[in-house]
Amino acid sequence: MSIDTRALLYLIAAVAFIIGLKRLGSPRTARSGNTVAATGMLMAMIVTLVDAEVSWVILGSGLAVGALLGGFAALRVQMTAMPQLVAAFNGFGGIASALVAGAEFVSADGFEFPAETMIPIILSVLIGSVTFTGSFVAYAKLQGLIGGSPLTYPGQKIVNALLGIGLVAAAVLAHINQDSLTFWIVGGLALVLGVLAVIPIGGADMPVVIALLNSLSGMAAAATGFVISNSALIIGGALVGASGLILTKLMTEAMNRTLGNVLFGAFGGTTGAAAAGTGGDVTTTTPADLAIALAYANQVVFVPGYGLAVAQAQHVTREVASALEERGVKVAYGIHPVAGRMPGHMNVLLAEADVPYDQLLDLDQTNNLLSRTDVVLVLGANDVVNPSARDDAGSSIYGMPILEVDHAATVVVVKRSLSPGFAGIDNPLFYRDGTRMLFSDAKLALTELAAALEDV
Amino acid sequence: MTEVLSPVVIGIVVFVLAAFIGFELITKVPPTLHTPLMSGSNAISGITVVGAIIATGAGSGTLGDALAFVAVVTATINVVGGFLVTDRMLGMFRKPKRSEDTK
Repeated sequence: MSIDTRALLYLIAAVAFIIGLKRLGSPRTARSGNTVAATGMLMAMIVTLVDAEVSWVILGSGLAVGALLGGFAALRVQMTAMPQLVAAFNGFGGIASALVAGAEFVSADGFEFPAETMIPIILSVLIGSVTFTGSFVAYAKLQGLIGGSPLTYPGQKIVNALLGIGLVAAAVLAHINQDSLTFWIVGGLALVLGVLAVIPIGGADMPVVIALLNSLSGMAAAATGFVISNSALIIGGALVGASGLILTKLMTEAMNRTLGNVLFGAFGGTTGAAAAGTGGDVTTTTPADLAIALAYANQVVFVPGYGLAVAQAQHVTREVASALEERGVKVAYGIHPVAGRMPGHMNVLLAEADVPYDQLLDLDQTNNLLSRTDVVLVLGANDVVNPSARDDAGSSIYGMPILEVDHAATVVVVKRSLSPGFAGIDNPLFYRDGTRMLFSDAKLALTELAAALEDV
Repeated sequence: MTEVLSPVVIGIVVFVLAAFIGFELITKVPPTLHTPLMSGSNAISGITVVGAIIATGAGSGTLGDALAFVAVVTATINVVGGFLVTDRMLGMFRKPKRSEDTK
């Protein structure tokens, strides 16, 4: 196969990626879009294999091992564990790009690379290695292997800055000298930087981190594309790099924070002084009373947070919703962009519980509906419904877009205690006149609620 | 005599245009689909498997072979796992039509 034919076939594969991503833009076409992209990938691999001088032993065994591990993980994973799985896949993609660039460097055998090859080799190793260890620290935090709270120590920013400077210096040296030792030092320093950069970032900031790492894995693939002069890698990598950046931006906007603040702020997990209940008395309710309020409502909105996923309560939430729908109550779910541990996580969890996707509303749609809502049920969400973000200019979350649940006629908050959320601040919503607190575990409360609804 | 563009410049042109296409496409994806979008695009970044396949044929000694092998394994995990899990997730997104009996 001529190099031109090959390049055109790679272009078709790249177009399949673009069509696939376009179809991922609507729930109706998304699944077929994924299939189109996967077909493009298969085609790119076949094109590569035609007339190629490959080691079939290495290749065959590598493909078999990778397909088994990846397939097993994909088919077995719980939907609650999706963020860490995506983090892990990200990490593998990143290190694969770094290794391809490393193999290219090793193959030189005394030959000096021109700048247009050497620079992408170094970039690929650097970005790919940071992505790898960064992703696995994120994995460990999400999986609970290490604590989710920010891990900080004195002088942390200085250490990271020095490491960054050292890494850039080593990269420049590796480019000038083209010697193996400096080259491997770049890889080593990048691996260390990935770890140190992610450990100070708190668990609830993981949506930003995962989106950013997603982008980096694309950048690494694109850099590798420059190394081997392959447009499919460049296009695929650029698409993913752009996609990850947009999601990163959406996530930081949803928190009203800058990327720098997320990466270096070591936000959350602190037991702030304001945490002690300052707001006065709360009004409590019971599952039986709540069942009556819901059964005679016209419009009910559920606001699920990560606590719902932790309690595995999405299925029983759906049961309650179904019971209400049978009574003619209109039901919707208001989902804040940073609910859950990755962008869109809560939507997948509710989809798994068979909630139709037209009931899953985003921030603006929910806020439009809330003023016409009779009862809003807050399940395991806290900071994203905190009116301080709107009203209190002194609050640490001031300016963060929230679900304005206090616009609904009645707010019911299901929560185990009055403890503060991730931001470590008190929530005035709990002490409002129109708010009822149901102190309970989300799953238990919903199970009791489902039972109580049968008696109404 | 005409000058010929160097491959790296062509590469940069392709990269920049593809990035803009990416921005345009992804901006239109609704929040409901952000998780499948991430895992699907993540699988696309596994396109580096093409580089890994080529690297297995470089024949650059034990170290090169070892790097190539691990690259193939990790890239394949990324590709196969990524597309499969995305398909699994998207299979759960239920149509709004009231068809209570269909699963």
